[in-house]
Amino acid sequence: MKIDDKTITCIACPNGCEITVSFDENGNISNISGNKCKNGIAYAQSEVTAPTRILTSSVLVENGDFPLVSVKTASPIPKELMREAVKQLAKCVVKAPVHVGDVVCGNILNTGVDVVSTANVGTK
Amino acid sequence: MYDVFIIGSGVSGGFIALELSKYNLKVALCEKSLEPCGGSSRANSGIVHAGYDPIPGTLKAKLNVRGSELMPEMAKRLNIDLNICGSYVIAFNDADDQKVYELYKRGITNNVADMTVLSGDAVRKAEPNISDKVTSALYARTTGIISPYKLAITSSELATQNGVDFLRGNEVVAMEDMGGYIKVITNKGSYDTQYVVNAAGVYADKIANMLGDNSFGIIPRKGEYLILDKNESGIVNSVIFQVPSDMGKGILVAPTVDGNVLLGPTSHNITDRDDKSTTKPGIAEAVAGAKRSVPTVNERALITMFAGIRAVPSTGDFIIGQSAANSRLFNAAGIESPGLTSSPAIGEYVVKLMAESGVALEKKKQFFMQRPAEKKVCSMPPEEACKLIESNPSYGKIVCRCEKVTEGEIIDAIHRPAGAVTLDGVKMRVRAGMGRCQGGFCTSRVIEILSRELNVPETEIRKQNEGSELLYRVLRDPEAKQ
Amino acid sequence: MENTITQQYIDKDLVIIGGGPAGLAAAAAAKENGIDDIVILERDKYAGGVLRQCIHDGFGLKIFGERLTGPEYAARYEEKIRELNIELKLNSFVLNVTPDKIVQALSPEGMLFYRAKAVILAMGCRERTRASIMLPGTRPAGVYTAGLVQRLINIDGYVPGKEAVILGSGDIGLIMARRLTLEGVNVKAVYELMSYSSGLKRNIVQCLDDYNIPLYLNHTVIEIHGRNRIEGVTVAKVDEKKQPIPGTEEFVKCDLLVLSVGLIPENELSKSAGAALNKVTGGLFVDDNMSTNKEGIFACGNVVHVHDLVDYVTLESVNAGKCAAEYIKNGSANGDIINVVPENGVRYVVPNTVHRDSQKDSVNFMFRTGNVYRDAKIAVYDGDRLIKSIKKKILTPGEMETVKLTADEIKSVKGEIHIGVEA
Repeated sequence: MKIDDKTITCIACPNGCEITVSFDENGNISNISGNKCKNGIAYAQSEVTAPTRILTSSVLVENGDFPLVSVKTASPIPKELMREAVKQLAKCVVKAPVHVGDVVCGNILNTGVDVVSTANVGTK
Repeated sequence: MYDVFIIGSGVSGGFIALELSKYNLKVALCEKSLEPCGGSSRANSGIVHAGYDPIPGTLKAKLNVRGSELMPEMAKRLNIDLNICGSYVIAFNDADDQKVYELYKRGITNNVADMTVLSGDAVRKAEPNISDKVTSALYARTTGIISPYKLAITSSELATQNGVDFLRGNEVVAMEDMGGYIKVITNKGSYDTQYVVNAAGVYADKIANMLGDNSFGIIPRKGEYLILDKNESGIVNSVIFQVPSDMGKGILVAPTVDGNVLLGPTSHNITDRDDKSTTKPGIAEAVAGAKRSVPTVNERALITMFAGIRAVPSTGDFIIGQSAANSRLFNAAGIESPGLTSSPAIGEYVVKLMAESGVALEKKKQFFMQRPAEKKVCSMPPEEACKLIESNPSYGKIVCRCEKVTEGEIIDAIHRPAGAVTLDGVKMRVRAGMGRCQGGFCTSRVIEILSRELNVPETEIRKQNEGSELLYRVLRDPEAKQ
Repeated sequence: MENTITQQYIDKDLVIIGGGPAGLAAAAAAKENGIDDIVILERDKYAGGVLRQCIHDGFGLKIFGERLTGPEYAARYEEKIRELNIELKLNSFVLNVTPDKIVQALSPEGMLFYRAKAVILAMGCRERTRASIMLPGTRPAGVYTAGLVQRLINIDGYVPGKEAVILGSGDIGLIMARRLTLEGVNVKAVYELMSYSSGLKRNIVQCLDDYNIPLYLNHTVIEIHGRNRIEGVTVAKVDEKKQPIPGTEEFVKCDLLVLSVGLIPENELSKSAGAALNKVTGGLFVDDNMSTNKEGIFACGNVVHVHDLVDYVTLESVNAGKCAAEYIKNGSANGDIINVVPENGVRYVVPNTVHRDSQKDSVNFMFRTGNVYRDAKIAVYDGDRLIKSIKKKILTPGEMETVKLTADEIKSVKGEIHIGVEA
């Protein structure tokens, strides 16, 4: 079945080109247009095939000098998993002290990606 | 059973409570807001009027002059700032000149001291930023500025310190004459009392109605104000009025005791007594009015806008005294301008009337005349500040950056008699959040301090009244984890 | 406050006011350039400034070649400060700086008076408020600036509402739209007065488009409703003069209004020190050494001009730290001064002046345009003589631009340096 054209906004530079990606009968990209430079092609390809994002959020800290520690996924995760991942992190509690880079939730939602802390939190 | 139950803790209620607290009486000061001073006293010009404005022979004239006399002593006793900065009523044409002269004569009749009529040039010499178009002005040396909410709050605080029960968050919904006493029913409970004092501001007519007194009405009249950054202070050094009209004293430009500049008020009758919203036309009107007096007013230095509701009496004069409909009811109603100035005199006068009508007043053995001074670390000599901080390091932690308020000062405001329980309560008492960033930096800290000191969850801390909770929920609730 | 004669001074080579990204980087640079006696005065209970609440990523691409989060970026500099053994005083609020470099601070240790050889002003910026856009209506709970919302969520751990409207499409507003959405808040829309967003493109895509949050350009909030808690706002479309168009008003129900309506350099202390300010930006006037017009008083970061990326704050602050160190060791830089003038669509330029015989190999001139320009050029002139012209596919007010002039190019200037936009 033919997939409809997808229009995305390029974030490779502030220009923000509206790029249109067309597909052939097999679902493969047949044409990319609207980009002013070649950076747009690479961005559009990954964005239409498997969009991923870094998730940043917070996790509760027990006995910390701050109530929360900020966290991120160590590498990008599929875009559609962002909300579910936050729900997972809401259930997570770590004990102080926490250091930058500590794994606070391993292999989140079986993505193979760890969630790591991005701040240092000392004990109360 | 209370001896006296005062409804409303604005400046009138506050000073009546304070005056009554000198005597062996069980007194309640009832306020529907969570903090003292939730109504008209909270949002007005904050002017201590010299007394040339009211018609001679009226209660307004009598109590204005007496209030103006009492105010310096009251400010000292309450430990709040009063700046007798003087005022000009400026004229722009012949008709205005005539009005200025009439005000002067009225002032003489009202026994106002130290007034002069000045030429336009003489005014500009004293206040260089005043419009070139000004033709003459009435100068009154004794006009002052004061913080109206501080006056109401501190009088309530000192009354509470002297044994008055401050009933916060109590909205009177009904009253019943039980023969030998009155039953006051609020949204929180019911209270029995010998006498009721009605100082309910814009709702005073409704309160009077509850005991069968339909002798007056209150017309709510909205006034919108603008506050400018302290950087603008010095644009005027005294209060600049325009000639008054039937709708009030017109738009003024004035310094505030805290160093800001106040512009306003507009003056429009409204139907909704709680409509304290500012409007685009109102703001424009206040700016234009202020610029007419002082063309260099910089509205870009605006830091906040607010509106207040004046309680305009249907009778034209203050309505003070024992009700003809119910002898257990005393009204202190229709307290529009110069109500703030009159308030210490209103306290005195109401209590005098109560005594005359047979309320037994017996002086207490111990009465605190003086409200303790607030600690203001950043205005102390350094040695004194260091000593204070050494005894309590919370006085060394700035919470509000713009107004330089320390954590210790906020904690004090919470634990004083009738102390702060809300964000606005802290703000009105110590000015945290009242500066140029309008709480952008300190709101979260003040919430934290209120929560800790009052031992309630942060999600229950309110801005002002019930229903004004500041936070919706805890982000990560350990209880909710599975 | 008057200082008494008996006052005990603490002598320091360098006092740095502010322990955010600017202050930390400047301190490290000063130390690495031979100054040992340094104190950083930070008003908050932690160092790192606003970075600590910016838990999103995208910081550090220029400096570290990585996409760090704010706290990670801050942690690297905090670590550096620790390693370099630089004194960092937390909960220390500077009340006053005099032109002769007496710095008065209030801290839990008492009222402290520092006497410094040099001062670096690094206080950052604050948010514009509801009043700065004259937004009328009631004054209920639930009207917060974006930075406050960010602090409430990310530092204190509270969600301030359940149904949000965001006014202003600056970066913090966009970032908060995503953060609130991911925490279950219904973000109804972002309204932007201008015909363009001042936020970074990637934030529009990743914070709004990803979550189908509409962005309404040429729209604004014209009234706030609700007595206790905010109950909604009236929004309207605006015309070319940014005035609401009658008939386009619409009520939008919400219990949270997030204001992301701009930042202003926080220069109250700079004024007390007598340092001159730029009327256009509210930022400090500085030369190529990041020195203010007051000798020995330097400045860097958002107190000079509001930056889009923290990396540029760091670069600028390293320069300030180095130059302050140089000043402490060898006194003021002398010599001929060249004015730098923004023109033709350029709102401001930092630095405002440059030394003809600058000791540096090159000087970076940073600026923002007042409008969006496509396929334009940045032109640098000395009188009628074109020194440099750089082609740009796009220039937007949201993104800071930089032009580099070499020492030789600066030396050759006869009059003033003019930087502007050309078609």
